[in-house]
Amino acid sequence: MIFYQATFYTLAAVAVVSALLVVTRRNPVHSAIYLIITLLSVALLYLQLQAEFLAAVQIILYIGGIMVLFLFVIMLVRLDVATRQAPFNRQGLVAGVAALVLLVEFAGAIYLGRGTAELPRAAAGALQPNTEQIGRMLFQNYMLPFEIASLLLLVAMVGAVVMAKRR
Amino acid sequence: MVTLLEAGRPYLIALIRIIVVFLGVSLLVAYLVYAERKILAHLQVRVGPMRVGPHGLLQPIADGLKLLLKEDIIPQGADKAIFWLAPIISLIAAFTAFSLVPFGPNFAITDANVGLLFLIGISSLGILGIILGGWSSNSHYPLLGALRSTAQLVSYEVALGFALVSALLLAGSLSMQKIVEAQAEQGIWFIFLQPVAFFIVFVAAIAETNRNPFDLPEAESELVAGFHTEYSGFRFSLFFLAEYAAMVLVSSIAVTLFLGGWLRPFARVAAFDFLDFVPALVFAAAAAWCLRAVLRLPRGREWRWQRLMLYLLGAGAVLVFLVLLLPVRVDGRLAFPVLGAIQGVFWFMVKVTALLFGFIWFRGTFPRYRFDQLMSLGWRFMIPLAIVNVIFCGLGIVLSKKSDWNLTASLWLATAATLLVAVLLVGRRRV
Repeated sequence: MIFYQATFYTLAAVAVVSALLVVTRRNPVHSAIYLIITLLSVALLYLQLQAEFLAAVQIILYIGGIMVLFLFVIMLVRLDVATRQAPFNRQGLVAGVAALVLLVEFAGAIYLGRGTAELPRAAAGALQPNTEQIGRMLFQNYMLPFEIASLLLLVAMVGAVVMAKRR
Repeated sequence: MVTLLEAGRPYLIALIRIIVVFLGVSLLVAYLVYAERKILAHLQVRVGPMRVGPHGLLQPIADGLKLLLKEDIIPQGADKAIFWLAPIISLIAAFTAFSLVPFGPNFAITDANVGLLFLIGISSLGILGIILGGWSSNSHYPLLGALRSTAQLVSYEVALGFALVSALLLAGSLSMQKIVEAQAEQGIWFIFLQPVAFFIVFVAAIAETNRNPFDLPEAESELVAGFHTEYSGFRFSLFFLAEYAAMVLVSSIAVTLFLGGWLRPFARVAAFDFLDFVPALVFAAAAAWCLRAVLRLPRGREWRWQRLMLYLLGAGAVLVFLVLLLPVRVDGRLAFPVLGAIQGVFWFMVKVTALLFGFIWFRGTFPRYRFDQLMSLGWRFMIPLAIVNVIFCGLGIVLSKKSDWNLTASLWLATAATLLVAVLLVGRRRV
């Protein structure tokens, strides 16, 4: 149990700290690397929750797909210009107030709802391999939303192609 | 103390396996480089490395030492931290993936029920090493090489993924162990049910590992050495190791999914049981080769080290041969426990080696593609073909389940339909 908690807090700390670094680094490539570290530690958190399918998909999609494309684009940008510009503007006060309000809201919601979120504990060894279950859920119970989502993605893809063709 | 040992036992076994796999893969990679040089040389009617050890057998060690002792240069204006990090990312990604490769029925570091997804995920992490290495060098050739490499990897990963899906449909599992077990149960390797998928996987694997004829990211005539142009010495060797380890890895994935993993050819036919003795025969052949090489060595003192080494190698081969044939009497019948234990790993490695030989053979045979040809091949031919193949494969499986058709027959029908589409695709294409 101690081991479990230790890994959880380590991963959570790594995720939070590198998420902060994503915002504060001036060099966009460094930001991207910290974002990769954040995503990776979130994937490991999924793994700790025994959601191995989600962890694998997180790595493949976010790191292998999206972050690779991010880096691809960043490489083509003149970085010396980007690093000279200040990454922050003068709306710090407004953002700070908004963040504080959000924090209070979250804290309130968690404090007020503390009794209701008690999920039943799974018995030891009761966790099934969840890849099949996710597949079954997606293609049986949630068939329609799944298809709608894929249609949306298709439309977005066609739209991107049309916009790129027009130049 | 005893309880501590008991508690630590699973970890200890895992640790030993990790060390064995790590050392084994490192050695394999080192000798893969040697094999490549040797095979390419013979394809070009040369002899290749001959000086360091008999037939240049110690060449990888000499090369490794040379790379370690070379000066480690970091280019001016390079992003030092990332320059330092990139080869490590590549290497870690390549080696971590081996933890899921099932080398034998009871020899894999681990088995996860999303094994294949993890393998794909980890190998896509390797791309990061390439991009970051190319970018952080602060130089034009590496940057262009990294861009090409990324574009190529991202495009061919799509085709690779789709082709793997059709093998997964047949196996009904993502676990690497279960995929091989499914092939054992169905009594047929999936290459015979899904030849098109295997073709796509093999071609995509060559593209994924940046090998000729798809080695544009490292095209010497255009880009010097691609993304690792500015790397030297030890860091370069890390990239080099990662690249060859990735070759072994994609071959292992292809073998697991399509070539029956650790299964012996004709595993269910008793008449072919004599094939179980092939491992021993290989070592006997190795010993015979050593003897022949000793006899062909010229006389003279300057050859004594080579002679000594050949004697040692031969003695080692004979020893392994004898250990393999160590007989034990079980229920009045002879059994060969050692031979049985290494059976799976042996056949797995034989198949991986065959695929690796194919890689090298391709490099010695085909001219390089042009980059636009490469992309158009990927997007206009491989990806549509892979998608069509998955659709037809699924239809074939459903067909055999709904009617009383034989699975093999319906999948062959699906393959024929896929090939028809392939012909249409090729006919329509203007390159």
